[in-house]
Amino acid sequence: MRFYPLLLAMLFVVSPLRAEVMEVYDFDTRAEEQRYQNLIAELRCPKCQNQNIADSNAPISKDMRDEVYLMMQQGASNDEIVGALVDRFGEFVQYKPPVDKRTIFLWAFPAIAVIGGLLIVAGVVMRSRKQGQQETALSPEEKARVEQMLADKDQPSER
Amino acid sequence: MRRLLLFIPLLIAVGIGVFLFAGIGKDPTKLESARIGKPVPEFQLQDLHDPEHMLDTSVFQGQVSLLNVWAEWCPSCWDEHEYLMHLASNEGVRIVGLNYKDQRETAFSFLGRLGNPYETIIFDPRGSLGFDLGVYGAPETYVIDADGVVLYRHVGVVNERVWQEVLLPVFNQAKGNS
Repeated sequence: MRFYPLLLAMLFVVSPLRAEVMEVYDFDTRAEEQRYQNLIAELRCPKCQNQNIADSNAPISKDMRDEVYLMMQQGASNDEIVGALVDRFGEFVQYKPPVDKRTIFLWAFPAIAVIGGLLIVAGVVMRSRKQGQQETALSPEEKARVEQMLADKDQPSER
Repeated sequence: MRRLLLFIPLLIAVGIGVFLFAGIGKDPTKLESARIGKPVPEFQLQDLHDPEHMLDTSVFQGQVSLLNVWAEWCPSCWDEHEYLMHLASNEGVRIVGLNYKDQRETAFSFLGRLGNPYETIIFDPRGSLGFDLGVYGAPETYVIDADGVVLYRHVGVVNERVWQEVLLPVFNQAKGNS
């Protein structure tokens, strides 16, 4: 029992794990550095999947960062850099796949889902409105009966 | 009509089930290779055994070959090596080695202990050809046709099953064409 506080303390000591990327690159301008950071954040590591190459410290990610840096220094555009890596490692390395025949459904799905959802909601609302109108429209006999019942209720019932 | 509409959720659930079931058992670490159907990228690298001798893509010309990416530091390479020895000596398969991000001394001690199944070994200490090929984990084995075009890439260990079921059909087809 007296270990409890200690255990509790240890629980808080556990620090969040973070992969750290060691190497430092020099950039002429802030904008270039930002471009580099954006590029490595949206390229995916083929070895340690589900990590981008900015976070991953796998050797292959380091090679890829080197290549990105090198190509930037040679004046390559973002598309050229991403294209060069896709040529080597396949579409997999792109977190944002290009819009083409194979990926159109993937890209269009959010829009399809939203429109579908709106249609369903619209359908439900319209149907309930229709029903509401029908319910208020009572025939004269029904109205008379309702008034009769309400009138009955006001009078003390005979028990 | 109303009754039939009630089946829509069931149909959706079955549809999602079929879609998800198709993904079960797929190995997510197996990636499509972007290099298939393209020639081996240009390179100028030393022969592992002879630093004076520079190798280039001409090593793949004229014969169907396997290109095996290996390194002494790669544990699975130790596992598959015996089978590569068998392929080279008993099946007469031409295997070109790509010694990937390794050092000469460790590579030689590896070959000294396990034998050398390679006809030629490309020495790539910085992994430049490996990078151009899209190697993301050794061992990898490529089937390359007599014109130096990559036909297939296998990531992971080559064993009897992989050879018979995966690589041999591609290899034989390439031999038939050349």
